[in-house]
Amino acid sequence: MMGNSRCNAFAAQLGCATVLMMLAPVMGEATTVAEDMVWTGGLRHAYFGDRPITQSDDLIVLDAPNRAEDAAIVPISITAQIPQTDERYIKTIHLFIDKNPGPLVGTFHFTPKSGRADLALRVRVNAYGPIRAIAETSDGELFMSRRFIKATGGCSAPAGSDLDAAMARLGKIKLRTNSVARLAQPTAAQLMISHPNLNGMQMDQVTHLYAPAHFVRHVKVSFDGEEIFSAETGIGISENPIFRFFFVPDSEGQLTAEVTDTQDLQFRQTLQVVPVGTLR
Amino acid sequence: MLQLTFALCAFSCRAVPVQTPESCSPSTGVVQVAAGVYVRPGHAAVVFEGDEIANIGFVVGDRCVAVIDTGGSLAEGQALDCAIREVTERPVCYVINTHVHPDHLLGNLAFKRPGVEFVGHAKLPRALAMRGDTYLERASAYESRALHESIFVFPERTLTSVIQLDIGERVLTVRAHKSAHTDHDISVVDEKTKTAFLGDLVFLEHLPVIDGSINGWIGELEAMTSESLAYVVPGHGPVRALWPSAAEPTLQYLTGLRENVRAWIASGGDLASAQDNIDQPRSEEWLLFDRYQRRNVGAAYAELEWED
Repeated sequence: MMGNSRCNAFAAQLGCATVLMMLAPVMGEATTVAEDMVWTGGLRHAYFGDRPITQSDDLIVLDAPNRAEDAAIVPISITAQIPQTDERYIKTIHLFIDKNPGPLVGTFHFTPKSGRADLALRVRVNAYGPIRAIAETSDGELFMSRRFIKATGGCSAPAGSDLDAAMARLGKIKLRTNSVARLAQPTAAQLMISHPNLNGMQMDQVTHLYAPAHFVRHVKVSFDGEEIFSAETGIGISENPIFRFFFVPDSEGQLTAEVTDTQDLQFRQTLQVVPVGTLR
Repeated sequence: MLQLTFALCAFSCRAVPVQTPESCSPSTGVVQVAAGVYVRPGHAAVVFEGDEIANIGFVVGDRCVAVIDTGGSLAEGQALDCAIREVTERPVCYVINTHVHPDHLLGNLAFKRPGVEFVGHAKLPRALAMRGDTYLERASAYESRALHESIFVFPERTLTSVIQLDIGERVLTVRAHKSAHTDHDISVVDEKTKTAFLGDLVFLEHLPVIDGSINGWIGELEAMTSESLAYVVPGHGPVRALWPSAAEPTLQYLTGLRENVRAWIASGGDLASAQDNIDQPRSEEWLLFDRYQRRNVGAAYAELEWED
């Protein structure tokens, strides 16, 4: 049973047999520590093949709590160490939690208009293990920042605490700026989506109760029609997903968030932004 | 006040052994808190870091016995079953689970037999199903043995409002609450002695833990304080306390925390910084503050940020 559930952790994306094969000794990067087995033994090659990945905090820094007090809402942030310029910028950040069912939490895309490829969000953490962010630059380099999250405490489980409240507000979106918007300067913004983000992984074999997976799968934010942030997301994102990111308002304009879930429900919210320094 | 109550009880309420069945080790420290109402005292600890954490108990009717919560493991449930047999030969007919948390519910299997009906909130099965995998893994690690899903006994009778159970010249009022400590809390009032098992709607000594709704919990507790009850059995803390004074520490903590978290949200602070910085309200009374405060701040923040 326990061994089986370990296998289930990957089954969603790769299929059990494939994973077992991948767990066989792997070519390429040496396994430095046993805790990275899941990554070196399968994930890394499934997602990045043989492309070189530099493990360092020079490009992005991942910040996560040492201990996840509430496994259902663990705040995570990624801070870029370079500005977003047209010449070189962080194009994509992939976030993995090795031991989650569906280890790829999300893939997040940025543009030069993002200003900064910073990101804060909340994730579910199923078990003691590594969490890693891999940033891809516009010129195709990969950098990884890695942290380790310790076991959860107390009665914690990666499930929401009040699903019905989230469901009753389904699709409600709050969109706001978190700092004073200044003309042509990176401005922090926050997108909150009320959604239960059901992971569909209940023990239906025992209870015959089954709530199918129902979660936010795509998010896109644009400013005056130009994309500044988008994401493909999975069940590793907490209930009521929240994203903090940056954008550069180069004029007065409209910030627009568009959200799609796995039932193809679509939600939309807009915010008129008037940066300080705008001529009117 | 609370200490006085406890002292009175310890003086006069200890269970009188009736019979000790062979190969059966009863829970120690079981106390009669009112006529026919017994509590096995819990000791504050983080779940899966200790045994006998929650206050659990049973009520003896003329016909049969109702168990309210079963403890954190099969062994704890069996010891409670054994303690019941020291008090009465009447059979157990109901197991009422106050909520999903493992320290209250993982002894259920000890009572799974013909004639015993499991009772819980209508949302308990979902809560257990969603947390089951995690609990199974952690219980197995704690007990150092591979446990099977069969340790989870789901309620056969579920409720969304109020039902009454007659255990023989004795009526228990079982009430399903709105989202509070969890989204599926149950309280049980023994109408004969007006003693209420409140599960984790009330904490004493052990820091309250939010796993449902901070607003809902405050609302439920405030509404309940007008009820006339002789005694309550909190989920954690002394085995017996007076009502409504027993609700005060929990209410004070929750309302204070809500105020602090609302202020943090209003100032634009994010969840991580709230967890790093909000260390109030704190009082000498609370045990396990360092283990549960950050979790509570997180739960409160995630709820209150949706207030308009």
